[in-house]
Parts: sequence; structure tokens; C-alpha cells
Amino acid sequence: LETCLSELKRTPLHALHQELGARLVPFAGYEMPVQYPTGILAEHAHTRTAAGLFDVSHMGQVRLTAKPGHDAAKALETLVPGDIAGLQPGQQRYTQFINESGGILDDLMVTSTGDHLLLVVNAACKDDDLAHLRKHLSAACEIEPMFSRGLMALQGPQASAALARLAPSVATMKFMTGAFVVIDGAECYVTRSGYTGGDGYEISTPADKAEAIAHKLLAQPEVKPIGLGARDSLRLEAGLCLYGHDIDTTTTPIEAVLLWSIGKERRAHGEREGGFPGADVIQKQIAEGAPRKRVGVLPEGKAIAREGAEIAIGGRVIGKVTSGGFAPTLGRAVAMGYVEKTHSANGTKVDLIVRGKPVPAEIVAMPFVKHAYYRG
Amino acid sequence: MSVKYSNEHEWIRVEGDVGTVGISPYAQEQLGDVVFVDVPQAGRKVTKGESVAVVESVKAASDIYSPAAGEVIEANAALAETPGDVNADPMGKGWFFKLRLSNPADLDGLMDEKAYAEFVKGLG
Repeated sequence: LETCLSELKRTPLHALHQELGARLVPFAGYEMPVQYPTGILAEHAHTRTAAGLFDVSHMGQVRLTAKPGHDAAKALETLVPGDIAGLQPGQQRYTQFINESGGILDDLMVTSTGDHLLLVVNAACKDDDLAHLRKHLSAACEIEPMFSRGLMALQGPQASAALARLAPSVATMKFMTGAFVVIDGAECYVTRSGYTGGDGYEISTPADKAEAIAHKLLAQPEVKPIGLGARDSLRLEAGLCLYGHDIDTTTTPIEAVLLWSIGKERRAHGEREGGFPGADVIQKQIAEGAPRKRVGVLPEGKAIAREGAEIAIGGRVIGKVTSGGFAPTLGRAVAMGYVEKTHSANGTKVDLIVRGKPVPAEIVAMPFVKHAYYRG
Repeated sequence: MSVKYSNEHEWIRVEGDVGTVGISPYAQEQLGDVVFVDVPQAGRKVTKGESVAVVESVKAASDIYSPAAGEVIEANAALAETPGDVNADPMGKGWFFKLRLSNPADLDGLMDEKAYAEFVKGLG
């Protein structure tokens, strides 16, 4: 291990992970469970068929509150292309912090509580994100990092039944909404969202109540603990981007096929057109298309093309894999990556270069496993 | 019949001039769930320490090095359908390939059961 475990930060659930026999690894400056004794395949299958509990407390939670005479949503819109001002209280949206060249500094979830905006950002980016927010939004907003709070994801088709036993109101929540919910006597903020492509929730808890709530959830018959290994295979099947791999400062939201996350209000001729960094680049790509595109790639056979594998046609490299692995639900390898736009149509035959050898593959639509969000 | 281990966690079980190669229980545990194994074709001549097979877990790909020189005489074709045998029975059904040894002296540099157990213990 490159980093000494003792230098790593711990989440409020660290002791629980040890108790459960997790294999702990360094991840984004934290000591995190990559898997529990049952292993990644069993954890993945359990999350797809029942309910899995993930510790995602390493992610950054930030609260924005408008200063008198200011509007927090409009302030945040100066940094992201999403329609934030249009969020109704209790609504959640996915968006990205963008740099001047249209690249993605981080991707994040934003929920309006009415009085505040709650942000969840990636663990590896959270210090930079906080500095970015303070630099640009301090005049308009109080910016409160809540990095010590607990954050758990409860995911899977039985997540709702399990969580509703502790907090009945969550059963009727719809995908991409949030609400304050009392769980085990503690005030939590729950959103119906996640990173698996399935139904589920993310539960923000006070730090000192995280472990008790995790125990309560694990006591439900449907629920088992799931590590970061299965979190990665689940999100890959769902075709969801992993920051630092599938998206980063060199990729724009248009190249990444995240146009859906840019509200029409923020596009050319919209009510609140542009006004975010890199808007000129992004508006131009919306109008004219981007030179490359994020696509799904399905290899024939069983060889796995990992991140960095080249994508070629007739020996000419047309792109690169940014995430690739085994999709347990499908029992086969899948990949996503960027290819030149002219070769990005579904059905295009390509080769994935795995250990120097071409593996026949095809460009396919994502997700690889159908999303199963609860829309009421 | 003796089993010897490399410091890359391969084992080789020798009967006559044929060695059967696999990975140790420690190695399979470190890898986690194995989902694909790329085994060498029969007839391939390999040198000691040469990368001859690849084992893919959900998380990563790892090279398997031949602990001795020789010619591959058989690969474990069953692993294509049941790669999980590497986890469930690493010293038995999870074998990778059989090798006709060309230089039995290669085995001298390998660890016996006891030395390997000490070696693994030292890895913490």
C-alpha cells in the first residue's frame, strides 16, 4: 500500500466495517471497505435483488444558504450548467462544476430544501470544490462543509421496504426528491437516488448517529453491507460516470453525453441562458455536436477491456476505454469510453485492444442494465 | 509428489517431469472473485518467470508467471465456464495449466509449503 493506513481518515462507520470483516483499502484519503467477506459478486447480486447498504460518508456534503438579498440557486448557477433556480423544495438534480474550457471539475447532486441547497460532491474533489465555492459564492451564500456527517446509500428493489420500516414516509418519495426524515430518533436528510441504476436512497445522518442507524438498517432481513468494489460494478452496469475516469477536466458534459442534465433554461435562447464557466464552449457543442462521444462498448467473448484500453477500427485507434469490467448481472464484460463522433453510432463494429490483441466489440446504447428508478 | 511456491504466489505440483500450476489460497483471496482466466495454449514453450496467463477479478487483471521453464501440455479448459473454481478450490479444480519441465533445476529456487507459509505471514 502506498499510503499508510494510519494516515487515512475514517468515516463514522469505520468500527462497523471492522466488525463486519471488511477488507479496508485507501480510497480518496479515507480507509474504506472495498468488500466484505461474501465478496464483490455476491454483494453485487444482493444489491440487484434485495437491498445493499453502502458507506459513502467519504463524499463531501456542503450546505449553501443565501445571504440576505441573495439567491443561493442563482449563485450556484454561475458555476454549473444545471437548472438549479428551477428546483422546487424537495427536488434534487444532477449537475457538474465546469471550468473555463468547458471541462468538468466535479459532478454533484444538488437538493433544495427550500431554505438551503444541499450538495453532495465526490470525496477526492471535496476540498477543491469547497475552495471553489468559497472563492466564487462567498458574497452570496453561507457555505458550510458538513464533511463529518454520515452518508449511507441503501440501494436495491427491497430498499424501500427496509427503510420504510424505520421511517414510513420514505415509501412514497419519488426518484430525485429529498426530505427530512427522523430515523432512530435522529433527524436525517433522505433522498431517493443513488449510484446503482436501481431504486434506493441516500441517507445523510448526524455523525454520532450513523453507526446506530447503520445497525438498524443491517438488522432488516433484506439488507447486507456492500463495499466499494460492487459500487463500481453496479454503476458501470448502469452506465453512470465515475469522476476522474469517465469524466474529468478534459471532458465536457456534451462529450460525456450528459446534455440531459443541462436544463433548457440554461441552453441557448433559454430563460437563464449560459452564465457558467465554459458556457461558450458548451453552447457551441450543443449546437454543432462534440468531436467525440462517450459510448458503451460490448466485447464479444470473455476478455475484459479495462480503463486505458484502446478502441480501434481496422487498426486505427478511434478512442479509449475509460471504465471497463465484468458486469455480474449480465455475466459478461462491458466497457465505456470515448470514440470519435463519426464512429459513435450504436452497432458500429470496433476492436478493443486487450493486452496487445484485438477483441471484436460493438458500440452499444447504455445503460447495460435497465434503470429501475421509482417514479411513483 | 511435491508442491512448491513462487514469491508471486503461484504453486507448482510436480509428478515425474510434469508440473501443474495454479495460484495459492492467499493469492485468490487477495484477488477476490475471479471472473475470467486467460490460460496458455498447449504447445507453447515458456520460460521461468514469463507471464503466461491472466486472471481477472471483478476489480483488476493480474499476470500469472510460470514458476518453471517448459512446454505447456494442457490448459484447464473448464475455467472458461467456471472461473470461480480458482476461488473455491485454488489448489485443486482451480489449476491453470500443466507444463512438461525442461529444466527441473528451476524448482530449486522455489519455496516449500512451510517456507511459503512463513513468507505469506511476513506480508501481514
